[in-house]
Amino acid sequence: MISEKDVNHIAGLARLGLTSSEVKKFQKDLSSILGYIEKLKKANVKTVRNIDQSPSLKNVMRDDVAVKQSEDVTNKIIGLMPDTKERFLKVKSIF
Amino acid sequence: MTDFTITQTHNGLKKKEFSATELCEAYLDKIQKDNKNIFAFLALTEDLAREQAQKTDEVISRGGNISLLSGVPCAIKDNILIRDFICTAGSKILENYVSPYDATVIKKLKSQQAVILGKTNLDEFAMGASTENSAFGPTRNPYDLERVPGGSSGGSAAAVAANLACYSLGSDTGGSVRQPAAFCGVVGLKPSYGSVSRYGLVSFASSMDQIGPITKTVKDCRIVFDVIRGEDELDSTVVPTKINNEKLELKNLRIGIPREYFVKGVDPEVERIVREAIKKIESAGAKIKEISLPHSEYALSCYYIIVPSEASANLARYDGIKYGYSVVKDAENPGNGLLGIYLQSREKGFGDEVRRRIMLGTYALSAGYYEAYYLQAQKVRQLIKKDFDKAFSAVDVLLTPTTPTPAFKIGEKIEDPLSMYLSDIFTSAVNLAGLPAISIPVGKIGNLPVGLQIIGGPFEENKILSVGEILEQL
Repeated sequence: MISEKDVNHIAGLARLGLTSSEVKKFQKDLSSILGYIEKLKKANVKTVRNIDQSPSLKNVMRDDVAVKQSEDVTNKIIGLMPDTKERFLKVKSIF
Repeated sequence: MTDFTITQTHNGLKKKEFSATELCEAYLDKIQKDNKNIFAFLALTEDLAREQAQKTDEVISRGGNISLLSGVPCAIKDNILIRDFICTAGSKILENYVSPYDATVIKKLKSQQAVILGKTNLDEFAMGASTENSAFGPTRNPYDLERVPGGSSGGSAAAVAANLACYSLGSDTGGSVRQPAAFCGVVGLKPSYGSVSRYGLVSFASSMDQIGPITKTVKDCRIVFDVIRGEDELDSTVVPTKINNEKLELKNLRIGIPREYFVKGVDPEVERIVREAIKKIESAGAKIKEISLPHSEYALSCYYIIVPSEASANLARYDGIKYGYSVVKDAENPGNGLLGIYLQSREKGFGDEVRRRIMLGTYALSAGYYEAYYLQAQKVRQLIKKDFDKAFSAVDVLLTPTTPTPAFKIGEKIEDPLSMYLSDIFTSAVNLAGLPAISIPVGKIGNLPVGLQIIGGPFEENKILSVGEILEQL
């Protein structure tokens, strides 16, 4: 069982706003899911040395070169920004 | 003609029994009529569909050759980007997001003159097993409108089952192609990790996500897979492999039956139907062997640590700053400072299941819990993978039920997230191990379809498709 304080802490880390009734709801949901997941701790993992995804799979890399996009594409991407000034993304000041 | 397979449609077009434009209009009319009941489509891409149909008709009228997918109408899960069309991922946070580019799979389909009819409904960010988590309302199962189509690719499966598309694309992170295919009585393939490019797929859990076809027959599935597969310099995880259509000899085929997949909790009728299919392929000459995957009982727990962890990192990009819903634009409450914009944009933009998984992942990765949860899960993942490696040294493919039960009722599990998670019990281990698997319809309980899952070794898509084709004929 995780506490309300834990839920608020996690939500803060995850940058998620929650109302107080939601805190209670998620406390219940998360506790029940974590309760189920507990059984994982019983697995004997002593033999596992390496947690690499798969030694047989290798990333296939391309050259690290920027590909110029047409102005049409650039404008569309700028158009998706919630707040802009000229062609710049506008962000709230952090200080 | 909307009930035709890809091959039948292709032959009809070639013999000029109907034009691609007529076919496209027939599908659009049917969607107009039936989508309000089923709600498989979130949005239509009619202009693109008509343009592609016209291109096909021009080639045919010139007497040219058309590819198998040319002029054939399809539907695309709404977490795959199509240039200049909205891609919501089933979420309010992307409600107005217009894709600036095509996903690689879309580029490949467009180059074949595929007729893309529209975007299909899904659980928000592909998180769910019923399509009830869509921010835009649930899709209904065409076999019983009171029941779910499965999920998260519920719209894509329902569209094919209801003849609103000849085939569709879905994505599968823990069963999201196979489980809805099973519930809707169609074929669904989750390719090997590294078979199909994910460039332009909205990221969910990057060590497991794969795009896969949903079709009416296994043969159709192979046709679509052969088109969308293959390397792409825009997705470094795709492994260069060749198309393999080698014929499989039934008498040399060794089939494994994992005993952990026939346990308490499986509907006895589902078990009976699946065992009948196994018996049929045995009588036809295949060798059946019972095997064990001893770490199966941990698969779902392992999955529900790794997937939320990856999701919590992937979904950090939706911050109310770069794109997507932002409280900045809310005239009444434009957010208080930078932190306020993060908190409130994500609170209003994400639904419950997405927030649940982000929190679960954040918890599993947080200081003090990382070793007990995330690291432990990664180790168990290796054990699960080893179980499969061992199995595939003795047999060619594994057969299991795709799901423990047929389609459940709308509303039945939505209030209890854990019971919803249990719907993935037979599908999630496959994603943890990066294997290919296909679900094919093998029978019905009353009116409700039952799916059989065929699992293969890494990049053995040809084997599971071949076994699927054999079973389809028996």
